[in-house]
Amino acid sequence: MSAPANSMIEIRGVTKRFGSFTAVNDISLSVREGEFITLLGPSGCGKTTLLRLLAGFETPDAGSILLAGEDVSHLPPYRRSVNQVFQSYALFPHLTVRENVGFGLRMQQVPAAAAAERIREALATVSLEPMADRFPHQLSGGQRQRVALARAIVCRPKVLLLDEPLSALDAKLRHAMQLELKHLQRQLGLTFVFVTHDQEEALTMSDRIAIINHGRIEQLGDASEIYHKPRTPFAADFIGQANLLSVTVLSRHATTARVRLDDGLELTVSAAELPAASQTALISIRPEKIHISKRPIAADNVFSARIQEEIFQGATDQLWLVTDQGTRLHALVANESAMNEAYHEGERVYCSLHLDDLVIVQSA
Amino acid sequence: MLAAPIPPPLTLGDRRRPGWRAWALITPMVAWLLLFVIVPTAILFVYSFCERDEVGGVIFHFTWENYQRVLDPVYLLIFARSVGYAGLTTIICVIVGYPVAYYIARATEERRNRLLLLVMVPFWTSFLIRTYAWITILKQEGLLNGLLQSMHVTTGPLSLLYTPTAVVIGLVYAYLPFMILPIYGSAEKLDNALIEAAYDLGAGPLRAFSAVIVPLTMPGIAAGTLLVFVPAIGMFAITDLMGGAKVPMIGNVIQNQFLQARDWPFGAALGVVFMLMFAVTYGILQSRLARPKS
Repeated sequence: MSAPANSMIEIRGVTKRFGSFTAVNDISLSVREGEFITLLGPSGCGKTTLLRLLAGFETPDAGSILLAGEDVSHLPPYRRSVNQVFQSYALFPHLTVRENVGFGLRMQQVPAAAAAERIREALATVSLEPMADRFPHQLSGGQRQRVALARAIVCRPKVLLLDEPLSALDAKLRHAMQLELKHLQRQLGLTFVFVTHDQEEALTMSDRIAIINHGRIEQLGDASEIYHKPRTPFAADFIGQANLLSVTVLSRHATTARVRLDDGLELTVSAAELPAASQTALISIRPEKIHISKRPIAADNVFSARIQEEIFQGATDQLWLVTDQGTRLHALVANESAMNEAYHEGERVYCSLHLDDLVIVQSA
Repeated sequence: MLAAPIPPPLTLGDRRRPGWRAWALITPMVAWLLLFVIVPTAILFVYSFCERDEVGGVIFHFTWENYQRVLDPVYLLIFARSVGYAGLTTIICVIVGYPVAYYIARATEERRNRLLLLVMVPFWTSFLIRTYAWITILKQEGLLNGLLQSMHVTTGPLSLLYTPTAVVIGLVYAYLPFMILPIYGSAEKLDNALIEAAYDLGAGPLRAFSAVIVPLTMPGIAAGTLLVFVPAIGMFAITDLMGGAKVPMIGNVIQNQFLQARDWPFGAALGVVFMLMFAVTYGILQSRLARPKS
């Protein structure tokens, strides 16, 4: 039953099935106190079920969940020191903003004077004091979102669960709220478990990201680790964009190895995590890490390609390249200065791939 | 018939005046209301201040006498009894109907439609036939007594029929669907996330029910209360058939005045008082229960 001293949430081998469908498959995860962790994955991946298991709306079929060292696996939601911000906000339509925020305190039978002060504080935190006597239907989407947040934090939970709370907001408001949520989390020192399918949201806010797919954690790490060192093809593809190349290992040396693409192009990659010679592997390279030049260059893994398609996007240029051997690559070039070379469709360019940027995401 | 919510108060100030098309559309409705509601009510009102002649005709001679007779303790008692029976019927319908309506509303869609059909099945048979069926169940040598005796629960037959209990059983049976359907209408719209939010904020099942589920389904309860209480208080067929005319309700008395006693002015006066009672009940429900959400 012992958990690491600063571990707020301990998920141990939790499985949840709905009929023959396994929504959460033997997931283990430890979350530190005050950490902002994001469960990221496509719809139906099990991230929401995991959140509902933490909230107590579902009970695990196997495994256990510890909250601040206490096994809460079978505690109903109203006995857990966990509060949730719902995707639809779930504000009580028959209650005012003040009554909504005070609902949890009323249930805990907090004395009226203390409750009034805490409600005022919570509303001040989300800058909604002037709206206290309005009904939810009199508020904008962003304001409702803040009420939902205030209603959850006023109870001073050990953990705050957020179920895609920003998905109903327009893009501009969403970006503002991302930063605001991050600041709020730091200010309160609360442990946040944030569920989203939006990779940009995850990268912006999280201390750590758990990429979930088919009910399992594909990869767990901080934003930079997840982005630069994806460990599975799914992780590479789901976060940002990636060119996934299937290769065969030709020979291994001390720290490097030679591999050959299916189309015949040979590359030098870092040998770590690579299987033995003649085995196959999958390699990922981010579009912005393909260096492009109009003249031949001296670098790792230089090859020539033709620009098949070019899309100007302001700060960047999207290029679709076809190597001489016929492999399609997606590249991203920064438009740093008007002095830079412009690329046009049909042109021949030289590409180079630094061997550290070629990440092995799967080995046979 | 489904969930007839109490209409919000009309705000005429910001409405445009209806054009001729709108008038054309509402004319049949207005004519219907005028002919079959306003005019009869007006006639009733006028009659209630008239006198009756020897053979049951109406003499247009103003008098308060009919209203003085209404205040006779005999009739006040019947009014009170009617309110009591209808009130008890309504309360039983809420207690029995709420869980049923809530359960149906929370069921899967396919199941929901099947269960709703079952609620409405009784309407396929004539109301009178169904009431006679209850007589065969409740009478001395009826089904229920036979069952109780064959199971040796009772030794002799119980007098079930022609008692106030039989009347209330009949009323609850007749009006239960009118309670279930509007509550179902409210409960079906209830967002499950709201109940989860209540749990999440520390409300146990009972608190979640009283603080969230009941207030949010109150429009359905209010509509059901009206749909049950109003017709129940005026019912005369069930009281005649199942109460054996031993426990008359106000509906029986009024029916009597028009048919047997042929005292139309007095029947009219009872009817007018009766309608005022409805108006008051409706007013109370409107202001207390159905707090409009806008």
